[in-house]
Amino acid sequence: MLDASAAAPRLPAAPGVGYKPQHYAAILEDPAPVEWLEIHAENYMGEGGRPLAQLRALRERFPISVHGVGLSIGGAGPLDDAHLARLRQLCDWLEPASFSEHLAWSTHESAYFDDLLPLPYTDATLARVCAHVSQVQEALGRPMLLENPSSYLAFAESTWEEPAFLAEIARRTGCGLLLDINNVFISATNLGTSPRAYLDAFPLAEVGEIHLGGHDEAEDDAGRPLLIDSHGREVADPVWTLLDYALERAGPRPILIEWDNDIPDWPTLALEASRAEAALDVAPA
Amino acid sequence: MTTPKETGGRQPPSDADAKAQGFPTALLDPTAPPPPGLTDGQGGPAGRRFDVYRNNVAVALREALAAGFPVTQALVGEAFFHAMAGAFARVSPPQSPVMRLYGAAFPEFIAGFPPAATLPYLADVARLEMALRESYHAADAAPVGPDALAAFPEARLPALRLRFAPATRLVTSAHPIVSIWAAHHGGPKPAPGPEAALVTRPGFDPAPHVVPETALPALRAHMEGAPLGTAAALAPEALPGLLRLLLTSGALSELA
Repeated sequence: MLDASAAAPRLPAAPGVGYKPQHYAAILEDPAPVEWLEIHAENYMGEGGRPLAQLRALRERFPISVHGVGLSIGGAGPLDDAHLARLRQLCDWLEPASFSEHLAWSTHESAYFDDLLPLPYTDATLARVCAHVSQVQEALGRPMLLENPSSYLAFAESTWEEPAFLAEIARRTGCGLLLDINNVFISATNLGTSPRAYLDAFPLAEVGEIHLGGHDEAEDDAGRPLLIDSHGREVADPVWTLLDYALERAGPRPILIEWDNDIPDWPTLALEASRAEAALDVAPA
Repeated sequence: MTTPKETGGRQPPSDADAKAQGFPTALLDPTAPPPPGLTDGQGGPAGRRFDVYRNNVAVALREALAAGFPVTQALVGEAFFHAMAGAFARVSPPQSPVMRLYGAAFPEFIAGFPPAATLPYLADVARLEMALRESYHAADAAPVGPDALAAFPEARLPALRLRFAPATRLVTSAHPIVSIWAAHHGGPKPAPGPEAALVTRPGFDPAPHVVPETALPALRAHMEGAPLGTAAALAPEALPGLLRLLLTSGALSELA
């Protein structure tokens, strides 16, 4: 298990946003209330040019969270060593305040699907995910956070509930967890469960970061609501309410606003961050 | 750092792995049935819920291509481009999570895509766009300006070698690819005829420049490392213009 007690940089228990290049000038001029930024690791794996130049400037001003989307930690196959090496190089250079990835798979054999795909929760997949998480932490030389997915369906063969599955991964590997509250609401709505019961069962002490994002509304074959994790609009009101519920129990945490599609202007994004700041202000310390 | 409790050894394939085999196959093939064993979480079948993943993958892959090949998309329209991107993804899905690399095989695919046969320039425009994207992410280098050549003693000029910046690319075509690209950025209507594109990136924004056909042999010789004297012999009339282009466009990183 990795020793997480070393004096590594940490994300502040304050609002952050997913960084978008079109906000570069606005962020450098007046970032308030945003105190930290998250990047998608795979977008910064070039040799040079504008993306790395912007990152070089931003890392001087802000704690950076590196969020990977391509490791396929939940995949059946072995992790991609070349990709792990790229992540190691990026993290060694950036010295980020956090590294996180997903409880999902995205690669099968050699094909990369560019989406976060679901896995059944069984003893076998648990052992595999734990082995992958440990491998990542060893390769990067730092602890990681693992994020709960948004689900549109379930696997008949699953024998673990998702919060217990994640808690067991954290216990076995020493990793932290990234709690995506929009994903909690989406999955609970789509699978007919209670989002509050999910949070009650979630190991909140392990949460190193919270994600909030917007979702779209569709319907399944039976006409029931089917929420889609689109990251293309404001965070929905029930998700803000769930955030309050989580913060009452967990205390203040770093909170990220994810807005990846139909990206708004900076004031609109900063307003979302202000709502997160207001929620943090009333959270018990 | 202490030893993790779980070892990194491979687990034997489980039933779950066998069942998961159908998942990846059905993601890219809209005619394939959804894999078995999926539910709505409430005791019912998953129904069209699998299509959410299928749709997410299709949209993500075609948007990645559209982002890298905007002029190619503009030339054929969104509906055609979507169909072509879908066909490409089925035979050539990304091989890396680094999505800026996705599409390297797209120009070749377009060249052999029968519905695009009426647009013979389309594949070469896509090659130009791939070169522009590679250039955008290439390593930084301070460009060599026009003054640098004047600083060299004349006697040393024949042995002079040009070092090209990592962001410089050359794309040649039997079609006016630079003019077609420029027309989509406010330039005039392109005239037919071959064009060679020199892509350079003096700052952060790559741009294509037309290389006169007469200068191409000398440019190729330079790019293969030949000294100025050798290149000059290949195209004596075109060389001054070529050097002016290379030194004003940021194509070079060093004179040695």
